[in-house]
Formats: sequence, C-alpha cells, structure tokens
Amino acid sequence: MAAPAPILRMSGIGKQFPGVKALDGVDFRLLPGEVHALMGENGAGKSTLIKVLTGVYDIDAGEIELEGRRVAFSSPLAAQQAGISTVYQEVNLCTNLSVAENIFIGREPRRFGRIQWRAMRRRAAEILSRLDLDIDVSAPLASYSLAIQQMVAIARAVDIDAKVLILDEPTSSLDAGEVAQLFRVMRRLKEQGIAILFVSHFLDQIYEISDRMTILRNGKLVGEYLTSELSQVELVGKMIGRELADLEKLEARPPAREGAPLVEAERLGRPGAIEPFTLTIHEGEVVGLAGLLGSGRTEVARLLFGADHAGTGALKIGGEQVSLRTPRSAVARKLAFCSENRRAEGLIPDLTVRENIILALQAARGWTRPIPRRKQDELVDKYVAALNIRPADPDQLVRNLSGGNQQKVLLARWLILEPRLLILDEPTRGIDVGAKAEIQRLVAELSDGGMAVLFISAELEEVLRLSHKVGVLRDRRLVAELDNDERLTTDALTETIASGARA
Amino acid sequence: MNRILKHRLFWPVVVLVALLLLNLVFTDGFFRIQMREGHLYGSLIDIFRFGAPLILVATGMTLVIATSGIDLSVGSVVAIAGALACMQISDLSDQNSVSGVLTAVGVALALSVVLGLWNGFLVAGIGIQPIIATLILMVAGRGLAQLITDGQITTVNSAPYKLIGGGYWLTLPFGIIIVAVVLALTAFLTRRLALGLLIESVGGNAEASRLAGISARGVLMTVYAFCALCAGIAGLMISSNVSSADGNNAGLWIELDAILAVVIGGTPLSGGRFSLSGTVLGALIIQTLTTTIYSIGVPPETTLLFKALVVTIVCLIQSPAFRAKVFHRRRRPIEARPATEEKVRVSA
Amino acid sequence: MTSITGLPGLRRVVPQKYVPVLVTACLFVAMFVAGGVRYDNFATGQIILNVFIDNAFLLVVAVGMTFVILTGGIDLSVGSVVALATMVSASLLKDGWPAYAVIALVLVIGATLGLGMGAIIHYFEIQPFIVTLAGMFLARGLCYTISTDSIPIENETFTAIAQTRINLGGDLSLSPSAVISIVVVLIAAYMLHYTRLGRNVYATGGSEQSALLMGLPVARTKIAVYTISGFCSALGGLLFAFYSLSGYGLSAVGMELDAIAAVVIGGTLLTGGSGYLAGTVLGVLVLGLIQTIISFEGTLSSWWTKIFIGVLLFAFILLQRVFSAGSRRGAH
Repeated sequence: MAAPAPILRMSGIGKQFPGVKALDGVDFRLLPGEVHALMGENGAGKSTLIKVLTGVYDIDAGEIELEGRRVAFSSPLAAQQAGISTVYQEVNLCTNLSVAENIFIGREPRRFGRIQWRAMRRRAAEILSRLDLDIDVSAPLASYSLAIQQMVAIARAVDIDAKVLILDEPTSSLDAGEVAQLFRVMRRLKEQGIAILFVSHFLDQIYEISDRMTILRNGKLVGEYLTSELSQVELVGKMIGRELADLEKLEARPPAREGAPLVEAERLGRPGAIEPFTLTIHEGEVVGLAGLLGSGRTEVARLLFGADHAGTGALKIGGEQVSLRTPRSAVARKLAFCSENRRAEGLIPDLTVRENIILALQAARGWTRPIPRRKQDELVDKYVAALNIRPADPDQLVRNLSGGNQQKVLLARWLILEPRLLILDEPTRGIDVGAKAEIQRLVAELSDGGMAVLFISAELEEVLRLSHKVGVLRDRRLVAELDNDERLTTDALTETIASGARA
Repeated sequence: MNRILKHRLFWPVVVLVALLLLNLVFTDGFFRIQMREGHLYGSLIDIFRFGAPLILVATGMTLVIATSGIDLSVGSVVAIAGALACMQISDLSDQNSVSGVLTAVGVALALSVVLGLWNGFLVAGIGIQPIIATLILMVAGRGLAQLITDGQITTVNSAPYKLIGGGYWLTLPFGIIIVAVVLALTAFLTRRLALGLLIESVGGNAEASRLAGISARGVLMTVYAFCALCAGIAGLMISSNVSSADGNNAGLWIELDAILAVVIGGTPLSGGRFSLSGTVLGALIIQTLTTTIYSIGVPPETTLLFKALVVTIVCLIQSPAFRAKVFHRRRRPIEARPATEEKVRVSA
Repeated sequence: MTSITGLPGLRRVVPQKYVPVLVTACLFVAMFVAGGVRYDNFATGQIILNVFIDNAFLLVVAVGMTFVILTGGIDLSVGSVVALATMVSASLLKDGWPAYAVIALVLVIGATLGLGMGAIIHYFEIQPFIVTLAGMFLARGLCYTISTDSIPIENETFTAIAQTRINLGGDLSLSPSAVISIVVVLIAAYMLHYTRLGRNVYATGGSEQSALLMGLPVARTKIAVYTISGFCSALGGLLFAFYSLSGYGLSAVGMELDAIAAVVIGGTLLTGGSGYLAGTVLGVLVLGLIQTIISFEGTLSSWWTKIFIGVLLFAFILLQRVFSAGSRRGAH
C-alpha cells in the first residue's frame, strides 16, 4: 500500500522554556485516514508538541506544514479554523447547553436572525447518527456521560470540517464500553479520511486502535513506527529509555532490615480510581511503585494519605485500624505526601520559602501555637542547607524558584515533621539532573534512618536503585509485587508493566 | 527607588498623601491638633474617629477576602448588634448601670459571632459561594434588626454606652482606642500567632492547604466569626455615637466601603496575601476623601462622585491588564513550565 | 446530601432544567392560594395584575440583571441607575424638555454607563463586583449633583402615562408601565432563546474558557450584557418615574438586592449559565406577593418582607446546590 502524502508535517520543531528544552528537533507527520499515537512518558514533550501544533505556543525552531502549506497558528481557534481540532480529556464545551447547541453554537442555522431550533436539532441528530450515536440532542450536555460529551466534541470538530483531529487522553476517564464506542467513532472518521492524532497511556488501547506511532523522550524524537511492527515491550523500553539489549545491572539495594509493618493496606480501593490492592510497607523500607502514567500510581498514594476516601478495604497504621478521613488525620499519624502536581497540590506560590516549609508543621500544631521564629529559622536554615535549596533566601517567594528547588521546598515541608512514612509521587520529574541525584541520595539516607518511603516514579532505574520492593501497576490495578533482588532488572520490570504479569 | 515604586502600598500611600496635600492647600489649619478640655481635637483626629467603624469592619473583611471569600452581611450585623444592645439598655431600670451595659454589649457581640458562624457554616460546611451565602444574611439581617427594634429608632440615654462611640479616654476618642486594640489583636492573631499563615495558605491554594493538613473548615469558620465580631463592635460604636439604633440605616453600605478599603489596600479579591496596614490605609483614604470634600467646600452631594473616581483610579492602576494595555507592555499569557503543566488532575 | 434527591416524581415528568422555575411557580401558586383562603378579596386576577403594576420597574431591572448573572457576572449599579434615570427625567422635564427626547436621552445614558462598565470589566480584568460598585457610586453621585431634593414631575405625557389604566375586560386593568415591562420580558426572552447573542450569553456563563475556544465573541457578549443591564435600569427608572411622578436621588436604594434576589429565587444560578427569564418573572411576582400578603395581614410589619426574602433565598440556594450536585453526578 503506497502511503498517501502526509496531510500534516512538522519538521525540526524546537521549543524552549526557561531552564527546560521541551522540544528539540522533533519531526512528526500525520497521514490522512490513519490513527497515529503519540507516545512518551510525562515530560517527554507530547503536550508541548500538541500545544505548538494548535497555536497555544509559538515555536522557536522548525516548521509546520498543513496540506503542503506552511502554517503558524496564533491561537487554538485559528488552528481550528484551518481544520485542526482538538478534543481534550477535559471537554471544552459548555455543559449547560444542549447537545445540539454544543455542536452548532456560533454557526446556528438561522432565518432572519432567528435561530431555527428544529433544524438545528435535526441536523445535530443526523451528525451524531453518522457516529452511531442515538441520543436526545435537546437534553443538556451535562446530563450525559463524559464519553458522550467527548463524542459530541468530536462531532462538533468534524462538522467544522476538521482534517486533523487531536484526541488528547480522551479515554482516561472512560470505562471499557465507552472506550469501545469511542473507538467505533474513530474508525468511522478514519474511513472518511480524517487524520487522528491519539494520545493515551493505555497500551492495550494504543495497540487496538492505532496504525502508527511516534515516540518522544525528553523532548527528543525516538522514532516513528508501525504499531504492528513494534511489540509492547519494545515500546515501553523506548518510552522509558532503555533498549532491550542494554542489560546494565544496577547495584542491588541492601536488603531492608526486618522492620515492623508500618502501613498495611488490605483490599484498599476506590471505585473508578484504583482496584482494591493489598500492600504492606515496613519501617525503614523503600517501596517503589512502577507503572505508566494513569496506571493508578498516584491513586494508591492518595488513598494511603487520606487525600481521597477509600471506598473499600481497610488500613492499619502501626498495627492500629484507622480510617483516614482527611490528610490532616494522616499527618497526625506521621504520614507525609509530596504530590506529583507541585503547583496545584503542593506549593502556595504566593508564600515565601520559609512559610511553605513550616506550613505542615504549623498546621499540625494548630494556629494558636506558632512556631517560635528562632525555631523556624533553625529548621528552615537547616533544610535549606541540607537540601541545597537555591537561592538560599527563606524570604523569597516560592513561585520564583525553579522546579527542582520547589520540589526540595516541598520535601523540606514534610521532613521537618519527621514522618514515619514519606510518600513521594514523582519527586524527580521535570527537575535537573543534579537535583535529581540529591533527592535520590536523600531518600536512601532517610530509609537508612528508619523512615519508610513510598517512592513513585516513571523512571525505572530510579525505582530500582532506591527500592527494596517494587509494586507494579497497570490499568489501575496492582498487578505484581516484586522483591528487588539481583534477578529484578529494568527489563523484567518493563516486561511486567507491558504484560501485566511477571515475565 | 524601584523598590519603593513596586511596593504594594505605594499607590495607596500616594493617593492618601495627595488627598492630604489637597487639604494642606485648601483648608486652613487642617493639620492643627488642639487640646480642649483634656481632649484632642482636629481634622486628623476626626478622620480617625469617624473612620473607626469602617476600619474595624474592613479589618474583618480583609481576613475573609484573604481566604478568597467575601462577606456582604457585615452591614446587617452592624445594624443587628447596635439594635440588640440598644434594646437591652433601654430595658434597663438604670441605663447608666455599667454592668447592665456590659451585659448588653456582651450579648450583642455574642450574637454577632453566632451570625458569623452561620456564614462560615454556609461557606465551609455546605460549600455555598461566599458571595451568595452572605447575601442571605445581608437581606434577612436588615429585617432582623428592624424586628429587634420593632421598626422604631430606639434611643438610649446611657453614659457608659455613649463612651464606646462618642466618649474620650486618655485624651483620645474612645473609638480610636478600640480600633487600635482590635487592630493590635488582629495583628497578634495573624502575625504573631499563625492564623495569618493558615489564612493566606487557604486563600492562596485551598487544595494544597488541605493536603498539607490544614483544616480549611476551621479556618473559614474562625475568619467569618471574626469578621462578624468586628462588624458587631463597629455596630456598637455607630449606635453609641448617636445613642440610638436604626435597624434600617445603621451600617448601610458599609460592606461596600469595607470591601473597597480592602481592595484599595492591595489585598486582591482573589485571596491569598493580605495586608492589614493596606486595609487601614484604604479605609483612611475613603474617610479622608469624605472629610476633604466637606472641608474644601465641594458640595457634599458629590462625595460619591469623587469616591467613584478614586476607586476607579486606584483599581485601574493596580490592575495588571490595565498597566499592560496602557504602558504597552506585552503580557506573556503563558509562561508555563511544561513539566509541571503536563497533567491537571481533577479529584472527582 | 446524596439522600436528598429533590422531587423525583417531578423530575421524571419535566426535564430537570425546568425544575427550579417550576418550584418557584408552585411557591407562587401556593402563596396565592394561601392568601386567597386567608383573606377576602385576595384571590382575584387584579391582585396579580397589581403585583405587576407595583413592580413593573423591578421586573425590568431584574430582566437586565438576569442577562448579567447568566454570564456569571453581577451588576450592583442598577438601583443607582434607576435613581439617576428618575433624576435626569425630572430635572430635564422641569427645564421644559419634550418628554420623548428625555426618555430617549435617559435610555442612552443608562446604556452608555453599562457599556463603560462592561468595557472596563472585560478589557482591564477588574472584578464586576468592584466595577459596578464604582458605577453605583458614580450614578448615585450624579443624582445628588443634580439635586439632593425630590423633584416633582408635572409633564403631561408622564402624568398621562401614570394615570392611564388599560382595561382588560371584567374588572381587570393594567398600567402602561406594567405593559411595557411585560413587553420587555417578551423581547428579552426572545433574545435569550432565539438569537446568537442570547445563546452566547448562556455559553459564556457556562464556561468562558470553552466559549472562547469554540470561537464565540466572549468580549462582545460580556460588554453587551452590561449594556443591556444599564439600558434596562434606565428603562426601569423611567417606569419608576411614571409610578412615583418624581425624581429623587435616594429612590431605589437597595434595588440591586431585590433584583438579585428575584433572579436567584427564579432559579437562575449566580455562577452563570443556567436559568430562565420566566423564573425571574416569577421571582419578582413572589417578592411582590410577599409584600401584598404582608399588607393584607396588617399586623405583620414590613421588615418581615426582608426576613421572608432571606429565608426564601436560603431555601432556593440550598435547593440549587442539591440539584447542581445531582447533575454533576450525572455527568460522570
């Protein structure tokens, strides 16, 4: 089969953010009538590539061609008008309006300025029936599931004559039936010659729907492959940067001293977020969680910390049955949690480094018992020095710090509490190599000092280097719990992540 | 120089100084402070004296706004507190009984706190938007105040009560002393104790605060109760000054002036960092404006016009969008770091 | 909260989006029936028409407020603009201006004020609350600069309009102002339902971000609603002038609260994007009927009105929360 000319071609795309090279010489092409998966771990540059393509960001280098013409979009709207529509996981529609309106608003059929509701509803129903969707188009969009909302978004995109349709993690909140329905629609559109760029973290879905994939890692192009010619194991290896041939062994961690069980989760779960899992963390033990983004890593952490309510199961801390209703009660039991989402769930950007560091301790003490200024200085200075936080100015607003230093501030916030269990969700993501090494060293030291650590990371080397035990997650299920002995390698881990069972 | 220009209180100070200079030019003896019968008199003293209730209400409002909330009901609380105190005092056999007046004051302030807790419950407990939650009490509270006074303007003749808003102590108007005490107390609670940190944290990033183990509910309840307490004290002051309670007009629109004072003082309505001194400045600007208009002989009817003008100017120069558009500085709408922006998780 | 599911039976029969309006309608009917049982001469059509006659200005103002609130904004200036409209008309009429020129000028002033506030809100990104608050001071201040006293209106056209009663057959009659207010409601309902502007208002209130991404003219829409609100306030002021035959700087103090209360009781969400004009009409009628009942009761004092309105507000906000929580659950 001769490949048709690409409808979209991006070549040598470069995008620089302060301190980070988000995209570096990336090439990408999209053929009409294909589903093309864009793969890569967090921070690989997928979102940046999409944002560059749809005019959210300018490009620093390279060029974009649509149907052979050079283009540069000033806004998502301009991209849309040129035929590139994007449907995000968070549906960008007005859920308070009816389904029909969401498809037609801005271009309603009118006569003498009066909106022809009947015609609009009829045409909306037609468009949706072409996507095998038979729903009441006069009902508000909010009354339908997210899957239907996404399909309505797709219907709107297609009806404005889209040539390229970008689906950015559309399946993350859908159940199996809804995914199947979405895939049916995608196949329909493919037959009509629309090029679909598909982003998902579910490997099975990628293999089910996509024809071709482009893999990015650290802002660089790894390669473009036909899905049928790349095995899941090879794909995961390329995403996380280890070729199968590369069998470099990592020095094994010394086995953990047999500490007492600190946290015992028994069939703990939350419907829609994570299937019930059983996991025990001992004192002084580092438990790594491996798995791709969206596999349920963060959900495990949030349940253990009481950030979300567990729907099922039981949790024991120090042998005592507990029910964590709020993070506050978890903190009272000496648990600590550094969220992966520093900006939304960690830092208070308008407060200073000092205030951010003492926040959790102060919250635990209550506002009537302030930490004396001298004690504050002592603690803050100690951790600013120990973690090498730059600039070493406690009165600097935390928003002005770099990502790595912000991460260290968050770590310091929890370390001054001297927790028994420290949960670190992607603590090294998006920070520079130096800071990364420092944080890894710190984790090792802490566990040697008797602290239990739950370490979540997408980088398998890191997980292997630090952990005594690794939990592997896949599709929101804890599929394996592996001791970190000499037999456990990144390849074995990769295999487990890809297949869902120990190789 | 640049640091002074960038200071958050720079523009409010400029406006206040400009207003005062205007008085220096147009009003004779504006800055003169006299001692008469052991009391201090003068325009400057008057600004503080008449501005006292506003400063009080604005102080409470500052804390509420710092949690990214708003309290529209303070005007009603002002009226209710004044009404309740006056009703109790008028029922006393001896209106000059100090213990009776103290009881009345205590009951009125206790009710204010209860009303504040009600607001806090609606906001933190039920999760209603603050502007709507406090709208309920704003509307109903006026009715309650009139219910308490039975729709009459209740007058009292009580020397101890008169002291609160109209009396002098240590040569100073008693109201100024109350304001100083409340301000000192607020500064103590928020800056010496850690309430301020928790408030700014909740206002700056509610979810992060929750994950850091802060009980946002407790903080919000405290703040709304405190705001209502401030309003209650202001209500006593206003009713004491005129020795009567007017359920309909006491504290009318004080919530708007208080919100303005806070915004002029540089605390953003979106919450987070707050500045008590900024709020005091804001309240003083509003009061000085009123005084200035009277003293330089502009017809008092136009006070509101000037107020509109000053509000617009102060808000505009503090608006980043306005500065960007006027000074042709291109704003960078997206300065996201890609790594941290990758994923926005919504906890369902 | 999950245990409260509202009115399940009702929900099955009518789409959920109409439920808040229906609840208000039921409340209105219940109040009317209760009044009819309790008082003689209450359950007549004229009582309802009188509510329209006495609250025509509030209805018009509330219509403008509905537009603003539907976009998720708020307009605190309406009461002052009403007062300004009465003052401008009264003083110009006293100077011998022709009535229709005055009416046209007043409407232009109102719309211009709204336009200005809308532009500041949108382009300088200052909260509507603050901008319209400044607008409120401005309009009220302008009133006082015209005069601090009440100015009577003796113009023939105005007095004629004030005294005319349009007979509807039987014993029923309406004032021209009430008719105007009903016409305004009809035009506004048409605009909201059948024009792009109207739909953009809902879309902007639903999600400004999405509306922008869908290519809708958000800037124009936001400025338009404040202009409409300013226009409606000015028109409401004219109706108030017909009603009171005077201009007074202190009139309509606090009317913004009544208007907001009417809109909320009518089932419109203060967060924007959801609500109907029919609800606003019912909200105004409920407020009017409360006053009527209290005047029939005789022994009940006027401040009970405010307390009742507060209680109603609370009930409706609670109801809306239950419903919005329900629809969010449905979305997942």
